[in-house]
Amino acid sequence: MNKKNNRSGSGNNRKSDLLEESLINPSRRNLLKGVGLVGAAAVSTIATSHVIAADSANMNSNSNAIAPREALEALTAEEAETLAAICDCLIPSDEHGPGAREARAVHYIDKSLASHNSGARYNYSVGLNAINEFARKTRGKSFTELLLDQQNSILLAVQTNKVSGFIPNGSGFFNMLRSHTIDGTFCDPYYGGNQDFVGWDMLRYPGIRLGASEADVSAGASLPPNHQSAYDHSTYTKLADNSLTDTEGGNGYA
Amino acid sequence: MPKRLAKTDVVIVGMGAAGGVAALPLTNAGLKVIGLEAGGWLSPRDFAPDELRNESRNWPQSVQKAASEAPTVRATASDTAIQGGHPMMNAVGGTTMHYWAQSWRLNPWDFKVVSETKKRYGESRIPEDTTVEDWPFGYEELEPYYDKIEYTVGISGQAGNVQGKKNTAGNIFEGERKREYPMKPLRSSPFTDLMGNAAESLGWNPFQGPAAITTELFDGRPPCQYHGFCNKGGCHVKAKSSTAFTVIPKAVDTGNLEVVTFARVTRIVTDDSGRVTGVDYIKGSETFFQPADVVLLASYAYENVRLLQLSTSRAFPNGLANNAGQVGKHYMTHHQGAPVTALFDRDLHNWYGLPAQGVAIDEWADDNFDHSDLDFIGGANLWVHTDRKPMSAAKMSTFDETRNWGSDWKAFIMKNADRTNSSYIQKTTLPYEGNYLDLDPVVKDPLGFPVTRITARYRDNEKRIAAFSQEKMEQWYLEAGAIKIVKYGLGNVMGATTHAYGGTRMGLNSETNVVDEWGFAHEVPNLGILGASVMGSSGSRNPTLTVQALSWRTAEYLANNWRSIAG
Repeated sequence: MNKKNNRSGSGNNRKSDLLEESLINPSRRNLLKGVGLVGAAAVSTIATSHVIAADSANMNSNSNAIAPREALEALTAEEAETLAAICDCLIPSDEHGPGAREARAVHYIDKSLASHNSGARYNYSVGLNAINEFARKTRGKSFTELLLDQQNSILLAVQTNKVSGFIPNGSGFFNMLRSHTIDGTFCDPYYGGNQDFVGWDMLRYPGIRLGASEADVSAGASLPPNHQSAYDHSTYTKLADNSLTDTEGGNGYA
Repeated sequence: MPKRLAKTDVVIVGMGAAGGVAALPLTNAGLKVIGLEAGGWLSPRDFAPDELRNESRNWPQSVQKAASEAPTVRATASDTAIQGGHPMMNAVGGTTMHYWAQSWRLNPWDFKVVSETKKRYGESRIPEDTTVEDWPFGYEELEPYYDKIEYTVGISGQAGNVQGKKNTAGNIFEGERKREYPMKPLRSSPFTDLMGNAAESLGWNPFQGPAAITTELFDGRPPCQYHGFCNKGGCHVKAKSSTAFTVIPKAVDTGNLEVVTFARVTRIVTDDSGRVTGVDYIKGSETFFQPADVVLLASYAYENVRLLQLSTSRAFPNGLANNAGQVGKHYMTHHQGAPVTALFDRDLHNWYGLPAQGVAIDEWADDNFDHSDLDFIGGANLWVHTDRKPMSAAKMSTFDETRNWGSDWKAFIMKNADRTNSSYIQKTTLPYEGNYLDLDPVVKDPLGFPVTRITARYRDNEKRIAAFSQEKMEQWYLEAGAIKIVKYGLGNVMGATTHAYGGTRMGLNSETNVVDEWGFAHEVPNLGILGASVMGSSGSRNPTLTVQALSWRTAEYLANNWRSIAG
C-alpha cells in the first residue's frame, strides 16, 4: 500500500533527485542536509503545517505560499546544523522514503527547547559540542563534514558511553536525543515536526479521527490517511467558540 | 490567621474518583457539602487527540499542585530517596478524567487473603513479613455498592456470575452479582478476536473487561467513539464516566454541593478533644479555615497520608489519627510492571483502540487456580488491549533485530509499527513490614511542607507471581501467533503509581488499622477517609470501582448516622 501520494509540488522531485545523488555521494548528502535545514527543502514544505496552525480551512493549499518567517528559537546555527546531521543518522532519508529531515525534526526540537523542553537546552548545547569535539579530535573534522559511516560510528560510541562530556552521560544524552527526534518525526504537525505527515505515512498510521467504526478498524493500514492535525478540528483550537463545539455529539459507532 | 468561613455540614478534601462519588449520597440526604479541589474544571474541549501533549508531555498532570509534591522513592530505609514522577491529577473528576477507566470489582478472595490461604493451604503459606489482614467484611457486603456505582456512574461490561448463574462470555471467577451491567461491553476488534480465540484454544476463558465507558446512550451521554485517546486524556464526547460528568454534576444539581476549585488544603484542624473541626486551605494568596461537622479526606493515597502526617496537634502529636502509629503503614503499589511484549507477523489493526478495549484472562489471578505446588499466593489478571499511537509505536522494542536507530531500524518500524503488543499484567501485591510512607526529611513542596517519602520494594511473593504470570502471558501470545517475545524485569522498587494502596488501612483492630469498617478513623470519630488508602489488599485488578463503592458506602453510612457522627 503506497500512501506517499499526498505530497505534491515540483520541489519534491528535485529533492528526491538530490537524495538519490546523496546516497551515492555522502558529501553531497551532507550538503543537502544543510540546505534542508535552512533553505530549499524548508521553503518547499513548510507552508502546509504553517497553514494548519493558522487556519485549518485552507490546509490544502500549500506550495505557492511565501516562505514564512522562522527563527532558531533555542539552538545556535552550528548546533542546529550538527543536530540535523545527527537526526539524519537516526531516522535517515533513504531508499525506504523520507526521514527526520523531511519531517523537520530539528525544527520541532528547536521549538521545544524554547518551550516545553527548555530544561534540556543546556544539555543539548553541551552534548552537541561534545560530539563535535570528539569528531575533530578523532577525525579532524566537525561532525557535519564527516562521511555517513563515520558519523554513525561516532553516534554508536556516544550511545554506548564511550565518549565523555555529556549530561548525564553519553547514553543518557543519546536516548533523550533519539526520543526527541522520534517525537519530532511522529508528533502532531502542529508542533513543527511530522511535516506533511511524513512520519505518520512512514508507519502507515491512517491519522487522527474523532471516531473509528468497526470498518475503519478492519481496514487498518489500508484506510486512506486523512492527514489531519488534532487542531484541524475546530473544537480544539484556541479560537474555538465554546457555544459552538460539537462535543456533545457522537454518531453512535457502538 | 486564616479567614474563617461559614460552617458547613461536611467538607470533602478532593473532588475526584472518591470524593466526587461521596458527594452524591450526602447531598441527596440534604446535607450541605463543600468540595475542595486543588484543580479546576475541564471540558471535552480540553481533550484533543494529541499524543505529544497528552502522553509525552503529560499535559493533564504536568502543571498542577501535585506536580510540586511528587513523592520521593527508595527501596529500603538504608537507601537515599529520590524524587520521581507522580500519578495524581488535580481537577474536578481527579484521575477519572484521564484514567483507562477499567472498572473491576475485586474478587471475593481479595477480601479474605489470610483466612482463605490458611484454610486451603495452611498457615505456613502466608508470606513472611507480610502485614496483610482480612478485610473487616467480605465481597457480599460491598456487592450492593458495586452495583450502585455501576448503575449510577455508568459501567459497561459482561457479567460472568449473575446470582450464581455463570456465563462464560464474562468473568466466571467473579463474585456473585445481583444483575447484569447496565451497558454491554466495549466491542471486540480484530486483535481482541485473535487473542480471544487463542485463549480459548488454550482452554482459558477470555472476556472483555468492565469499563467506565459508555457503549450506548447512557444518562444523556453518547457512546464511545473508539478514537483511542483515552490514555492520559479525557473523553471528547464524555463517554468516559468521569465523576466530573456523572455524580458531581448531579450533586451540584441538588443545590447542596459547592465545589471550590484551586483550593490547596494544607491542614486538617482538630480541637483538644481530638475531633476535627474543619480544614485550612489556600486559594490564590489567601488562607481560609473551612469549619465543618465532618471531614472526608479523599485526596489520593499519598496526599491522604501526607495531610494526616502534616496535621499534628496537641491531641495528635505524631499526625492526625496516628496515635497508634499506623498512618503510612501497610502501603502497597500494585505490581503492574514486568510486562511481556510480543511481535507478530501481521498487522494487528490497533491504531484506533483504547486501553479499556481488550481481553482479560482471570484463570491465573487471586486463588482461581491451585497453589498447592507453588511457592506464592495470589496471582495476576492478564490483559491485552488495543491502543496504539505513532510516537509510542516508533519507540517499540526492536526485539534484538536491529539497533534502535538508522536505516535498518527505520525499515523495522515501518514494517512492524502495528505488529507489536505489550501486555498489562496486574499482580496481587501484599503489604509488608518495611514498606511504608512517611514525610521526606529533606524534600519540601513550594509551601515548605515535606513531600511524601515512599520506602517500599516488591518481595519474593510479588516477583514469583511476576515470573509465573509472564510464562502464562508468553504462552498466550505464542498461541496467537507471536513470533518474538520480550519479558521485562520482575520489579524491585515500588515507585509512585496510579494504583497506590494502604497508608490508612481499614480494619476492626485499632492497633493495626487507621479506619474502622465504615471508613471513619478509629481515633477521630468525625473524620472519614476515602480512597485506596483504606484498602488492605490490592487484588489483581484496577482499584477505582472498589474505591468508589467504598466511598458511597462510607457516605451513605454518614448520612444514615449523621447525629451520632457529627456530634
